[in-house]
Amino acid sequence: MVATRQSRSAPERPPSRRKRPLTRRQQENRAGLAYLSPTLIVVLVVVVLPIIWTIMLAFQRIRLINVRRAGVFGQYTLANLELVLTSPGFWSSLWTTLVYTIGATVLSILFGLIAALALRAPFRGRTFVRAAVLLPYVAPVVAVTFVWEILLSPQFGMVNNWGTRFFGWDRAIAFLSQREYSMSLFGWQVDVPMALLTVIAFEAWRYFPFAFLFLLARLQAVPRELEEAALVDGAAPTQTFRHILLPQLGAVIALLSVLRFIMTFNKFDDIYLLTGGGAGTEVVSIRVYEYLTARFDIGAAAAQALVLAAGLIVLLIIYLRFLAPRVEDEGE
Amino acid sequence: MDRATFETKLFRVLRWVVIAALIVVTLFPFYYMLLLSLRPIDEVLQNPGRIWAGPAEWTVQTYKQVLTSADEGGQGFLRFLTNSAIVSVAATILTLLVSIPGAYAVTRLRFVGRRQVHFLFLAVYLFPSILLAIPLFVLFTRLGLRGSLAGLTIVYIAQTVPVSIYMLRNYLSTIPVSLEEAAAVDGYSRLQTIRKVVLPLAAPAVMANALYIFMIAWNEFLFALLFLVEDRNDWTVSLGLAQLSGGIEVSKTVLMAGSVVLTLPIVALFFAAERLLTEGLTAGADKG
Repeated sequence: MVATRQSRSAPERPPSRRKRPLTRRQQENRAGLAYLSPTLIVVLVVVVLPIIWTIMLAFQRIRLINVRRAGVFGQYTLANLELVLTSPGFWSSLWTTLVYTIGATVLSILFGLIAALALRAPFRGRTFVRAAVLLPYVAPVVAVTFVWEILLSPQFGMVNNWGTRFFGWDRAIAFLSQREYSMSLFGWQVDVPMALLTVIAFEAWRYFPFAFLFLLARLQAVPRELEEAALVDGAAPTQTFRHILLPQLGAVIALLSVLRFIMTFNKFDDIYLLTGGGAGTEVVSIRVYEYLTARFDIGAAAAQALVLAAGLIVLLIIYLRFLAPRVEDEGE
Repeated sequence: MDRATFETKLFRVLRWVVIAALIVVTLFPFYYMLLLSLRPIDEVLQNPGRIWAGPAEWTVQTYKQVLTSADEGGQGFLRFLTNSAIVSVAATILTLLVSIPGAYAVTRLRFVGRRQVHFLFLAVYLFPSILLAIPLFVLFTRLGLRGSLAGLTIVYIAQTVPVSIYMLRNYLSTIPVSLEEAAAVDGYSRLQTIRKVVLPLAAPAVMANALYIFMIAWNEFLFALLFLVEDRNDWTVSLGLAQLSGGIEVSKTVLMAGSVVLTLPIVALFFAAERLLTEGLTAGADKG
């Protein structure tokens, strides 16, 4: 019925540039929007509107008590941004976020690549190993952070117990609650940001399966002939990797870098559950949470979150412009 | 021995070293979790370095405490499990109902704003969920949805729909259009075509997708913490476990039993479906 109505009204419309029949085109347009409308509604209500609202909140002095009165026509001010940017520890937390994000992204992709290369060729039990490798990624955060906490605990953790018993550590290391750990390395005294490194290691452990999945899929699509030809030419495995496999993987690695960077930059629960943001692991998203739940300062929390998002967008633009020409080939 | 032979031999050995290391690194924490949940707490405190305990030493006391309801002095995880299951199943079904037509539209239909849609989806991931949490907290408080499982489900749908559409789109674009045209010639309407032609063909992708959404919803912590923390009856397993750890009187072995209870369903589901999925997806790949 819809189709007939459309065909009658069709001649009155301006002619389309394409040669396809207008009615079908319009019907398709309508169906497309209709099919997508539930998605659009959900994303608009639960994602886009809140973002716009946050931007408005960030420029108003609002606390939890007076949030009910807050509207579109509130008093706009830059006080929140000023408060956030000048508050003690802001820049260091931004720096922590950056170190954490880059460290976790690089390590997770590196480990994912090593795992993918090792599990590439078939062997007995590969299916099982492949499934096992994915476990850290599919298991619930809350459960895995608790196991890590207990494993690394200075009082009853297995790691410290074994460390002092078998590896000659002179004392237990508080992996998750020690800001600096001075270590002597070849006679040099080095201060290591212990908690931050542990959190990065956790993140690399939890997300290397993600990189592994992508890289393994890509590796398996590399044509065999390429490697066989290299083999005939007497190329060593490292040479084959460098000159044949790596170029094939470039696009996936670039994509993974962007994805992992975005996800880790915004990460909240992993650090919150492991250290609560203490011992030099206070990333920006933890600060947002603190503003929100400890000080009930919605305005400042929103401003802080906005700074985080802005920082991410700037970094992404820099990355896409200057560092990753390959990503553009991937896009449609 | 030239470089190629040397490296080939070296990597043949290294490969097994890596595989062994991978198994230990990924499986050991889970094994340790299970082991600790079965050992009595005083024994754990005396011998923290032991990584084996025979069945004779096992205790199921921890599980009893975790699973019995709060009224009877336990932690009431059965209740939390039910809540998690409700939210995750609802989020999975509803997300698929929303994303399947959406993915079909993005793959097959040309409509105004088709290209711009991607920017909208990007917004979901570009902004930290903690940023969304602030207005959603206020909005849901006003609507009376905060502290309800329905509110949480809505958030999960919004968080998973974009990825779901991407995953499905990749798969749908491999299905030949001619099949759908043939269905149209046979007089199928578009919805009938989706239900009877496209969906059966895309079944593996839909399954993988469902698993993914379920996993996200089951594991999610931040929004559960923000929305449900006030009423113990609404807690999900993740939230219940996190709250449990805050109490000093709860022993670590009980905490590990809770972790096992939280992890087991997702791991069981994953292993069951992984097999199903890889059999479907890699059937042709091994013959290459």
